[in-house]
Amino acid sequence: MGASQSARTEHEFKDLADRTGFSLEQINNLNKRFRQLSSNKETLSREDLASIPDLDNNPIRLQIINAFFDKRNLSQSEVGIVQEIGFEEFLMVLTHFQPAAMDITEDNREKLRRTKLRFLFNMHDTDGNGIITLEEYRQAVEELLSKAGTIAPETVKAIADAAMLDVASTTRGKMEPDEFYEGITFEHFLQILKTLDIETTMHVRFLNLDTANMRCGK
Amino acid sequence: MIFEMSALSCAFPGCRWSVLLLVLVLLVCSALPIDASASVYPLRGTEGSNLTNVTTKKAFPVIGVNYDHVRKPFEIALWILLALLMKLGFHIIPRVSSVVPESCLLIVVGLLVGGFIKVIGEKPPVLDSQLFFLCLLPPIILDAGYFLPIRPFTDNVGTILVFAVIGTLWNAFFVGGSLYALCQIESVDLAGIGLLSCLLFGSIVSAVDPVAVLAVFEEIHINELLHILVFGESLLNDAVTVVLYNLFEEFYKVGTVTVLDVFLGVVCFFVVSLGGVLVGVIYGFLAAFTSRFTSHTRVIEPLFVFLYSYMAYLSSELFHLSGIMALIACGVVMRPYVEANISHKSYTTIKYFLKMWSSVSETLIFIFLGVSTVAGPHAWNWAFVVGTVVLCLVSRVLGVIGLTFIINKFRIVKLTKKDQFIVAYGGLRGAIAFSLGYLLSDSHPTRHLFLTAIITVIFFTVFVQGMTIRPLVELLAVKRKKESKRSINEEIHTEFLDHLLRGVEDVCGHYGHYHWKDKLSRFNKTYVKRWLIAGENFREPELIAFYRKMELKQAIMMVESGQLSSSLPSTVSMQNIEPKPIPRVSKKQEEEIRRILRSNLQNNKQRMRSRSYSRHTLFEADEEDNMSEVRLRKTKMEMDRRVSVMEGRVSHYLTVPANRESPRIGVRRVRFESDNQVFSTDRLPTAHFEKPSYPSTPDAVSLEAEFPKRVNQKTDIGPKVYASDNHQRELDYQSLARCLSDPGPHKEEEEDDDDDEIFMS
Repeated sequence: MGASQSARTEHEFKDLADRTGFSLEQINNLNKRFRQLSSNKETLSREDLASIPDLDNNPIRLQIINAFFDKRNLSQSEVGIVQEIGFEEFLMVLTHFQPAAMDITEDNREKLRRTKLRFLFNMHDTDGNGIITLEEYRQAVEELLSKAGTIAPETVKAIADAAMLDVASTTRGKMEPDEFYEGITFEHFLQILKTLDIETTMHVRFLNLDTANMRCGK
Repeated sequence: MIFEMSALSCAFPGCRWSVLLLVLVLLVCSALPIDASASVYPLRGTEGSNLTNVTTKKAFPVIGVNYDHVRKPFEIALWILLALLMKLGFHIIPRVSSVVPESCLLIVVGLLVGGFIKVIGEKPPVLDSQLFFLCLLPPIILDAGYFLPIRPFTDNVGTILVFAVIGTLWNAFFVGGSLYALCQIESVDLAGIGLLSCLLFGSIVSAVDPVAVLAVFEEIHINELLHILVFGESLLNDAVTVVLYNLFEEFYKVGTVTVLDVFLGVVCFFVVSLGGVLVGVIYGFLAAFTSRFTSHTRVIEPLFVFLYSYMAYLSSELFHLSGIMALIACGVVMRPYVEANISHKSYTTIKYFLKMWSSVSETLIFIFLGVSTVAGPHAWNWAFVVGTVVLCLVSRVLGVIGLTFIINKFRIVKLTKKDQFIVAYGGLRGAIAFSLGYLLSDSHPTRHLFLTAIITVIFFTVFVQGMTIRPLVELLAVKRKKESKRSINEEIHTEFLDHLLRGVEDVCGHYGHYHWKDKLSRFNKTYVKRWLIAGENFREPELIAFYRKMELKQAIMMVESGQLSSSLPSTVSMQNIEPKPIPRVSKKQEEEIRRILRSNLQNNKQRMRSRSYSRHTLFEADEEDNMSEVRLRKTKMEMDRRVSVMEGRVSHYLTVPANRESPRIGVRRVRFESDNQVFSTDRLPTAHFEKPSYPSTPDAVSLEAEFPKRVNQKTDIGPKVYASDNHQRELDYQSLARCLSDPGPHKEEEEDDDDDEIFMS
């Protein structure tokens, strides 16, 4: 790389750092990882992510991969799936996993919660209509239990039903028998997961140190 | 219980106090030597010799006193009784117990009792170190270790270790060194205390005490993070304390320290702590393995847990390893496997026995602390004692601040100033320090001074810090503990999050916290669980186990309260969520089932109208009586009603098959009997009547005919569980029999429908 090119990349990185909240070292590391995953191409495709061997044991790998390509996680307004993402989009998705700063204000904390929970919500709401229906929830539970041996589908149904029932009762309370509960909206989702303290638990440690020598699973 | 006691105290205002006074007097008397028994023997002797010569007729002694015979157990029992009565008393007086922590009150009682005994002229008993370490301490530690919340502990284990090891080392050296410096000052007249003595003293007094921490922190309900930090530190610093204590004791005898000794000391630390953990882990696995085979002798299951843990403690004390760490490790390791194997009753027994023993131990420890204070020979030196107290505080604060500064660089959830304050303020000293001081051999000329200083520090921390921590917590608005139970949604999403975070870590390419956690969990599942969990349960994913437990708990709650529990939706049913018409079971199957049930079920005097769900309509026609059953209670009808509701809810959940191998799904009906409640059945969540949960094969249905074999005359309270095949039945039986009582054979009862009307028998 020429000096001008590295200067340009530096500038880009600084820009990204300001926008995403990562530090320069973290962006450097993530860029190296990005290059590694995408075989030095400019964009990352699904197959690149799917080929990570460590992900094989993960029951929800498909949903994780989809989350990276979900437009809703990349910007607020659009819906749909993209086929390839650039480094910036890669970072955008990963910002959802940043920890809360120590001196965060209450408002910002609430906003951070919403962002993280929105990410989770989007993972469940596969058809993008803003509501997690019973079918989608069942799908999620099935995925979760998929690696745990052969599970009878009735079990999955039972668990998903009980969970849905729980949400309905917590959020809607008294319902007439002829009323219909369409599904979990984002507000309901926020409500039922209030106790999880998402802003502190949903984070991944992004390394500041040079990870070039670490064995990465490609 | 409180009700009755307060009623009692209302009726007889002085009664309780007079009982306490009586107990006190008895206690004191037990401390006095009683010569009554001594005087009986000569009489007997002379009687015997007399009898040979003179046939004097002596009246047969109808009543005699032989106190020596029962002295020891009598005293012990009396002391424990006193302790418990005190505990009882404190909770009846509401105002006092909300201001002053129980530990303080107990120490005061101890002081009073000790003073009383001294006034009488007797020597009050001192807290014997052997008694303390071998009998009083283990139950508390086992209780703490067995119920240690694993997740917060492992999330914070780095921080906890730093505080425990480095914090305690810092405290010991700072206090010891500063005291030595203090002693060098001419005016305080303490020149005789050498550096090693001071360091030894420092090591005794620097360790945060788990008993005191538990006693105080339990009442203030702070959030989980702080609780586990302070508590974890108090548990893990035992290794450091043991090593330092032994080290300095050795050095003191020898007189000089070499570099080699220091190096050996460090090695010793690792040996003590890791060795203790290893011993605990071994015994833990032994216990887990043993529990695999206890399905036929449920009664002794709790004993295995207790005995293996105690053996772990004793074995590690045998080798001078850290007994506390062994106990914790044993409890932590064996818990998941043992709980998968034992019955619910055993689980309850273990829980209650542990709580009971640890409560008694704690009470006794504090009372004895008070008594020992009065008893012990004291040597007071203002400079030394006050210096100790001040230095302990200072070193604790400095240590916490300094270490947090370093730790926060590595933590993601940083510790705020408030957190630091609570951690520093919660560093209470307690009975372990006293016992260690008491163990000091008499070769120490300043032993009495040390003991006095230790007791002063303990008093200061327990009284001043213990009393003020609660208002301070409220003043600083420290986050409190969340009381809510975990819901199924939270469980699902916690697991989901775990996988998600692991996946993201993999994408980012580094092996972090979640990666190793998952690896351990998978190793556990494939290898370890196979050996340690009875039956086929080891393949069950956690989510399903959680789900079943949750449903069982809800079922019990529903039955016990006779009403809907708050967590169950009263009006939301599956109809609201899935408004498809519920498919009816085919006519043929209906008939089949009806026929079978008719031949088995019991007579029900009043018939209930069925609901609109198809499942219930099937059982409408059970009019036949079961010849072998006799209804003992009128309220059985209510129970049946309740049961049918329960059955609707529970049996669905119980269709979660516990056994992967058997694909047949059974109808499981659960009967709960309890005495008195009338159950109102307005909208109930009798929701989950889906077709697959119904026996869809004639095989499954026909197996119900096996039930008559199991019918017996017992009509006591308990769940009656059926499964449609015996193998599954055993498993279900296990899991359901856990929730209510006895593991006897079951009788089958009539199905009942629920209804809208309130049923009065």
